[in-house]
Amino acid sequence: MSTETLNNSSHHPVEHEEEHHDATGTKLFGFWVYLMSDLVIFGSLFATYAVLMKGTAGGPTAAEIFELPFVLVETFLLLFSSFTFGMGVLAMNAERLGQVKAWLAITFLLGAAFVGMEIYEFQHLIHEGFGPDRSAFLSSFFTLVGTHGLHVTFGLIWILVMLVQLSTKGLTAMTRPRILCLSLFWHFLDIVWICVFSFVYLMGVL
Amino acid sequence: MQRRSLWRRRGTLVLLVLCLFLAGCSSALLDPKGQIGAEQRTLILTAFGLMLIVVIPVIAMTLLFGWRYRRSNSMAKYTPDWAHSNVIEAVVWIVPCAIIAVLALLTWKTSHSLDPHKPLESDVAPIEIQAVALDWKWLFIYPEQGIASVNEVAFPVDTPVRFRVSSGSVMNAFFIPRLGSQIYAMAGMDNDVHLIADEIGDYPGRSTNYSGAGFSGMTFEAKVTTPDDFDAWVETVRGAPQTLTYPEGYEALAEPSESNPVEYFSAISPSLYESILKSFHTGGEHNMGGDHPVSSDHADSHDGESALAGEHTAASGRDTNHQASQDHAMRSHPTSVEAGG
Amino acid sequence: MVVVAFMAIAGIALFGLITYYRKWGWLWNEWFTSVDHKKLGIMYFIVALVMLLRGFSDAIMMRTQLAMAAGDAAGYLPPEHYDQIFTAHGVIMIFFVAMPMVIGLMNLVVPLQIGARDVAFPFLNNLSFWLFAAAAILVNISLVVGEFAKTGWLAYAPLSGIEFSPGVGVDYWIWALQISGIGTTLTGINFFVTIIKMRTKGMTMFRMPIFTWTSLCANVLIIASFPILTATIALLTLDRYLGMHFFTNDFGGNMMMYVNLIWAWGHPEVYILILPAFGVFSEVISTFARKRLFGYMTMVWATIAITLLSFVVWLHHFFTMGAGANVNAFFGIMTMIIAIPTGVKVFNWLFTMFRGSLELTSPVLWTLGFIITFTLGGMTGVMLAVPAANFVLHNSLFVIAHFHNVIIGGVVFGMMAGLTFWFPKAFGFTLNEKWGKRSFWCWFIGFYVAFMPLYVLAFFGAVRRMQSYANPDWQPWMILAWVGAVIILLGIACTIIQFWVSVRDRKQNADVTGDPWDGRTLEWSTSSPAPFYNFARLPEVGDIDSFWSQKQRSEEQLEEAPYTDIHMPRNTVAGPVISFFALVIGFALVWHIWWLAGVGAVGVFASFMARVFNDDIDYYVPAADVERIEREHQLKCEQKLGVEAQA
Repeated sequence: MSTETLNNSSHHPVEHEEEHHDATGTKLFGFWVYLMSDLVIFGSLFATYAVLMKGTAGGPTAAEIFELPFVLVETFLLLFSSFTFGMGVLAMNAERLGQVKAWLAITFLLGAAFVGMEIYEFQHLIHEGFGPDRSAFLSSFFTLVGTHGLHVTFGLIWILVMLVQLSTKGLTAMTRPRILCLSLFWHFLDIVWICVFSFVYLMGVL
Repeated sequence: MQRRSLWRRRGTLVLLVLCLFLAGCSSALLDPKGQIGAEQRTLILTAFGLMLIVVIPVIAMTLLFGWRYRRSNSMAKYTPDWAHSNVIEAVVWIVPCAIIAVLALLTWKTSHSLDPHKPLESDVAPIEIQAVALDWKWLFIYPEQGIASVNEVAFPVDTPVRFRVSSGSVMNAFFIPRLGSQIYAMAGMDNDVHLIADEIGDYPGRSTNYSGAGFSGMTFEAKVTTPDDFDAWVETVRGAPQTLTYPEGYEALAEPSESNPVEYFSAISPSLYESILKSFHTGGEHNMGGDHPVSSDHADSHDGESALAGEHTAASGRDTNHQASQDHAMRSHPTSVEAGG
Repeated sequence: MVVVAFMAIAGIALFGLITYYRKWGWLWNEWFTSVDHKKLGIMYFIVALVMLLRGFSDAIMMRTQLAMAAGDAAGYLPPEHYDQIFTAHGVIMIFFVAMPMVIGLMNLVVPLQIGARDVAFPFLNNLSFWLFAAAAILVNISLVVGEFAKTGWLAYAPLSGIEFSPGVGVDYWIWALQISGIGTTLTGINFFVTIIKMRTKGMTMFRMPIFTWTSLCANVLIIASFPILTATIALLTLDRYLGMHFFTNDFGGNMMMYVNLIWAWGHPEVYILILPAFGVFSEVISTFARKRLFGYMTMVWATIAITLLSFVVWLHHFFTMGAGANVNAFFGIMTMIIAIPTGVKVFNWLFTMFRGSLELTSPVLWTLGFIITFTLGGMTGVMLAVPAANFVLHNSLFVIAHFHNVIIGGVVFGMMAGLTFWFPKAFGFTLNEKWGKRSFWCWFIGFYVAFMPLYVLAFFGAVRRMQSYANPDWQPWMILAWVGAVIILLGIACTIIQFWVSVRDRKQNADVTGDPWDGRTLEWSTSSPAPFYNFARLPEVGDIDSFWSQKQRSEEQLEEAPYTDIHMPRNTVAGPVISFFALVIGFALVWHIWWLAGVGAVGVFASFMARVFNDDIDYYVPAADVERIEREHQLKCEQKLGVEAQA
C-alpha cells in the first residue's frame, strides 16, 4: 500500500469546492438514506406494538391510561416546532444568521417542552404502577414512544451544538448542510410522531 | 496401473452408495412407520428428483465447459464478444420456472394435505395426548384416562393421535422422526400435530429445538402397541404410586433435570394441561386497580442473582395472576403473529 | 483453553514484535487512523482471517466432541462448554468472518471499480471498521472474562431472556452484535451513497461492473434489514435489563415475535453475504475466460429480483411454528421463486465459460467449485422450502449441512476467489498459485467429507446442537465428518503458507503493470498497489468492461492530459477513539458497571464533538506531487522490468 505522505497540506480557496462532487448533495442524500434506515427501526417497533398491544396481562389497557388532550398539546408543540425550524431554514437561505439562531432557539424550546411533557407522562404512569415492566403492552408502548422521545432529545442536543457552531463559525460550507440535515431529522421525527399519535393514542382510545 | 486405481476408486464409490442404501433401511426418515411420515418421504424424494433435472446438467456443464474451453485447448472455439443469445436466455429462464411451477403446485397441495393441524381421516376414533416440554423432559398427559407420564408415550397402532403441544419453559419442538411432522412447543400456546403409526414398535422421539444445557438428553420413547397392550400400559400407569397435582406437584416436576428417567403418574389434577397454559399470562384478561406486587417483584429479578431466584419470582407471579384472572383469553393457535414481523 | 492460550501467546508475540520494531506510531498514523478505503479493506480482511481461526477452532472442537460422544460416552466437552462453542462458532463465522470479508472486499474494490477517489463518507468508513473491531474485541473478551451465550447464534427468546439465561453470556452477545451492527448499517449507507453519487464520468448504472451491482444490492439489504436487528436486540436488552416483557413467557410477552423479527433481518443477511460473492464470480469468470459476461442485463435484474424477494421469505426458517397451511405455502413458494433468478445466474456463468478461453487459475477453481457446491446447496435449500418436507427436516443436521453448503460453497469460496483476484491490487504482488490451488482442493474435498455425512445423519433423525447422542450407529458418520473438518483445516493451513510464500517471493511476483490478469474493469487501469488517490486522472467510461475495450482500441493517448490538484480527506483519530469508548460502554453494560458505562458515553460524545468541531478534515494533493508520485512509480516499474529482462 502506498505510504505516500498525507501530511503535505495546502489550503485551497473555496472555489475548489465545485470541482469536488456536489458535497452538500451527497451529504443530504446520505442523511436521507440514514433516515430511511431509522424508519425501519420505527417500523419494527410499530409492528411489535401492534402484536403486543393486546398483551395487557391483567394490567391497564390503552383506553384506560391515555389522556388525549394532554397528548394533543404535545402534538401541537412538535408540529409547531417543525414550522419554526422551517422558518429557520428560510432565514438561512436569506443569509440572516441572527434569525436562523432565533428560530433554532424557539424550536429548541418547543422541543424541550415536548420532551418535558413526555417525561411527565411516563413518570406519572410509572408512579401509578403502570411502568414498562407491568405488561407486554406497556413495554411496547414505553419503548415506541420512548424511542421517539430519545430521538427528539438527540435533536435537541444537535440544535444546541448547531447554535454554538453558528455563533463560532457562522454560515459556512460546513454548517449549512448540517442545518439542512438537522431540519430533515426534525421533520422526520414530526412525521413519526403523527404516526405514533394516530396509531397508538388515537386508536388506543377510540 | 492408473486404470486399476481408477477402478478401485469407483469400487469404493459403489461401496459408499451401497452403504447409503443399507443405511436407508435403518434411517428414520427414509423408513417411516406412519402415514404422515410416508407421505413426507415421498415428497422429499419427489422434490429431490425434480431438482436433479437442473442440478445434474449444471454440474455436467461446469465440468464440460471448464475442461473444453480451457486456455490450453486450441481446438475449442473462442468468441470474446459473444455475450447474448435470446434462445439461451429463454431456455435458462423457462426451465427453472417450469420446475419451480411444478414444485410450487406440489408445495401448495402438500402444505394443506400435510398440515399438522389437520385431523387425520380414519375409521378409528382419535385419541388426544397432551405433551408439555419441561426443562429437560417431556410430560405426557392423557386427559381421557386421567394419567400422565414423563419421557414415555404410548398409543395404539393405526389410531390417529392428536398431540396437543405446549411448553412449561423455553421453546422446544416435539418430534418422533419415524412418524413425521414436528411442531414447536411454546409456553402459553396450544399447538397441535396429528400423527398416526401403522406399525407396532418403540420409536425414539425428542425435542429438536435447542433449549439449554439438558437438551441432548431431552428424549422420550414412543411405544406403539396393540389396543390391548395400550390398555395394559394405561393400567400399569394407573398402578403407579405417584400422582401429579397442580400446581405443587407440577412445579416440583418442572424443576430442571437432565436425562430424566421414565415416570408414571396414576392420577392428575383436572384440566392439568389447561392450567399449565393459563399459568402464562398471555394477555386479554383484565385486572385494573389492584395493587401490583407482582410486577415490582418481577422487575427486581433482573439483576439476576441466580436463575433460581428468577424462576421463583416468575412462579409466584403466575399464582397471583392465576387467582386474579377469570376470563382468561388463551391463544388457541400461534398464528396470530405470523404476519406481524 | 488451548485456544485461549494460543490466542494469548500470539497476541503477546505480535504486541512484542510491534513494540520491538517501534511500529506503533506507523500503525497508528498510516493504518488505524486511515480513511483510505483500500487500507480499511485490508484491515477488515486481517481481522476476518484472525477470527476465522477462532471460529474454526470452535468448529473442530465441536466435531471432535461429536466424534466421541456416542452412546454412553459423554465426550470431553460438557454442555456448559459445548453450548457456548456452537453459539460462538455461528456468531463469529457470520458476524466476524463472513461480514468483514464481504465488507472488506467492497471497501477494496468498489471505489476503484466506479472510478472514485474514496467513498462518500471516509470518516464514517473508518468509524464503521473500528466499531466492528471493537465488537470483535468484545467477543474475544468473553472468552477470558465471564462466558459467552449458550443460546445458539440467534439467541431465541425466551431462552435468551433473563429468566433462563441469567449469566453475562447473552449480554456479551447483545453488545457485540449491537456495536458491530451499527457499524454495518453505517457501511451500508456509506456504500449505497458512494455507488449512487460518486461514479466517474460516463458510468451509468447499467455500465457498472457486476461486483458493484451486487454490492449495491447488498447495501440496500443492509440499510433495510440491519435496523430490524438493532431494534430486536434492543427489545431483548430491555427485557433483560429493565424487566420488560417483549419476549418473556409471562406478562403478555410473545416469543414468536422475536423469532419473526430476528429472521426478518436474518434472511436478508444471508443475501448480504452471498450477493457480493456472486459479483466476485462474475468478475473472475469473465476475466479469466477473456470474454464478456454472458447476459449482463439478466445478471443485473436477477440480482435485483433476489434483493426484493429476500424480504418475503423469512418465515421459511420456522414452518414448524404452527402457522396455517396458506401462510406456510406462501412463504414456501416465495422461497422457491428465489431459486429461479439464482439458477439463471448459474447458467449465465456457465455460458460465459462457453466459447471462452478459460485460464484455470485458483480463482477459477474456486468459481467452478462454487458452481457445483452451491447448486447442490440450492437443491437442498429448495427441499427445505417445501413446508411439508421441512416438518421432518427442520432443526436436523440437514439444515446444518444445507447452510454450510451454501455459505462455504458460496461465501467462503467467493471470498477466497476475490482475495486471490484483487490481492495484487491491494499489495502490488500476486499470490502464490500452487498453494492457492492446494488450499482450494483441501477446502473442496474437505467440505464434502465433512458435510455429506450430516445430510445422511439427518435422515437417521440427528438434530442440530446435540452435545451427545444415544445411537452408536451414528458414530462412523460423525467420525467421517471430523475427518472432513481436518481436511478443511489443511486448507486453511495452505492459505497461511500461501501468504507466507507469496510475501517471501513478492519481488518475483510483483505486479508492475497494474493489470496482472488482463482485466476488464477500471480497478485494473491504475497501478498496483493503487496510489492513495486511486486515479491520477479520473477515468471516463463509455461501455461495460470499459477498460477492456479501451485496451482493445490500443490506448488512445488521452493519458497526456495535465495532472490536477486532488481533493482528499485527512486521516482522523475520531474513529478509533469513538469505538474505543463504545467498547468501554459495551463491556460496562455486560457487567452492569454503570459508572463505567457513563464514562464511555461521555467519551463517545466528547470525541464525536471534537470531530464535529474540527474543520481541518481535508486537503489537496498538489498536481506537482501527483506527477512526482506517478513518475516514481513508473520508474520503479521500469527498473523491475529491466532487472527481469537482464535475468
